[in-house]
Amino acid sequence: MLVPEFRSHSFDASSILRSSHKHDDPVESCIKVENLNLFYGKKQALHDINIEMPKKKVTAFIGPSGCGKSTLLRCINRMNDLVDNVTIDGKILLHDDNIYDKSVNVAALRRRVGMVFQKPNPFPKSIFENVTYGLRIQGINDKRILEETVEASLRGAALWDEVKDRLNDNALGLSGGQQQRLVIARAIAIAPEVLLLDEPASALDPISTLKIEELINELKEKYTIVIVTHNMQQAARVSDYTAFMYMGELIEMGSTTQLFTKPTKKQTEDYITGRYG
Amino acid sequence: MDNSKVAYHISEKFNKELEDIRNQVLRMGGLVESQIQQAVHALTTGDTELAELVIKQDSQIDELEMVIDAECTQIIALRQPAAFDLRLLLTVLRVINELERIGDLAERIAKTAIYLSANSEGRTDQYYELQHMSGLVREMLHDSLDSFARISVDGITDITARDEQVDREYSSIIRQLITQMMEDPRNITRSLDMLWTVRALERIGDHSRYICEHLVYMVKGEDVRHLTQAELELKLKN
Repeated sequence: MLVPEFRSHSFDASSILRSSHKHDDPVESCIKVENLNLFYGKKQALHDINIEMPKKKVTAFIGPSGCGKSTLLRCINRMNDLVDNVTIDGKILLHDDNIYDKSVNVAALRRRVGMVFQKPNPFPKSIFENVTYGLRIQGINDKRILEETVEASLRGAALWDEVKDRLNDNALGLSGGQQQRLVIARAIAIAPEVLLLDEPASALDPISTLKIEELINELKEKYTIVIVTHNMQQAARVSDYTAFMYMGELIEMGSTTQLFTKPTKKQTEDYITGRYG
Repeated sequence: MDNSKVAYHISEKFNKELEDIRNQVLRMGGLVESQIQQAVHALTTGDTELAELVIKQDSQIDELEMVIDAECTQIIALRQPAAFDLRLLLTVLRVINELERIGDLAERIAKTAIYLSANSEGRTDQYYELQHMSGLVREMLHDSLDSFARISVDGITDITARDEQVDREYSSIIRQLITQMMEDPRNITRSLDMLWTVRALERIGDHSRYICEHLVYMVKGEDVRHLTQAELELKLKN
């Protein structure tokens, strides 16, 4: 009698192995960059980038200053169009639609691909007005819809409990960490598919940083997230996939665990272990 | 010695910390090697003073284990190492654990030496085989520590392959001891002491093999524990 009972309690090692190797499962790609080259004037900033960012996962770009990671991030919602003298060739596919196609409405694209910057940039308006700004631009003025969106977005950005009693206060009165979460709430209020985060926590104190990281972890349930960070430990903590860039080239991309324990390229190894290559 | 894998950090101090840890591991390994040699020598020559010395010196090995352990913990906490640096530190933590256990086994042999010198009435059968087996496992340990120093897994399967030879010698000595016990029950006490001794040497072979497996993780990032010799050879060929 003892033996079968013991067996029924024995743990199934293979299921644990499977769950710890979930990155190996096929994942649906959300953004696909194909043969992307970017020039600032005559200087080439991105060299033939090919990369796929999986849907509802966090992909981190790491690399030294000037390696092109922010430039690549800004390509994903065509922010680089605003820079003079930029030439871009290649494709970026958002669910099979090339966002550099001539027919693309850039404003509509940026509604699908939201962006948050290094320094929190709330508008000098009330918290409520900040979150509803995108909706109002789209002509939505129904009070009930606006209120619902404000609550849902602030909850989504883990800020609701801290500001629910002062929604009409000026957003500039919030702390830096709160402002950054407000900006994230503003970005998700228009229900984008992708969130681009450019150094979202580098201007914040360690506690606010952890809150943002926790938030990223929650947001990936709904959104595909691409984050640029100088802080390698942060990339290691928040992302599912990490891409290492150097001098405008994509050197290596892999699951974050693999890249930080067993990188395949020497340049990656040198960078993440703090060596001069 | 391939220094390129531990050196060239932007932080010179980090280079030095890693180098220090590696040197301490090698020092600990050297101590452990000499403990095995002295313990077996004490047993085969009936030198109880030497056996006492081996028992006393084991505390140095224990202390080194704790010192190296604390240094690794400190580096992990302060520097958040990644990639090879991380694998190096994890490997060091595993290797010093194996070394400490080998040290305990040498101590056990030394204790048996004291007991046998008082109770074996000058008998020396199996001592030749014992010395041979001791030479084999010391060589395994020495070569695995040498690979650690070189940060290389070239020839690592040659070291692990010797564990099978050690196992064969172990079985053959056990058969002799069983025969002696069946011949005359008065042999049982001495035979059991001899059995514990060869068992300790056989375990030292196993721990040396584990050190080799940890080194494969350090150099290649592959976890090769619990593989057969054939599987290990196949894995390293690719």
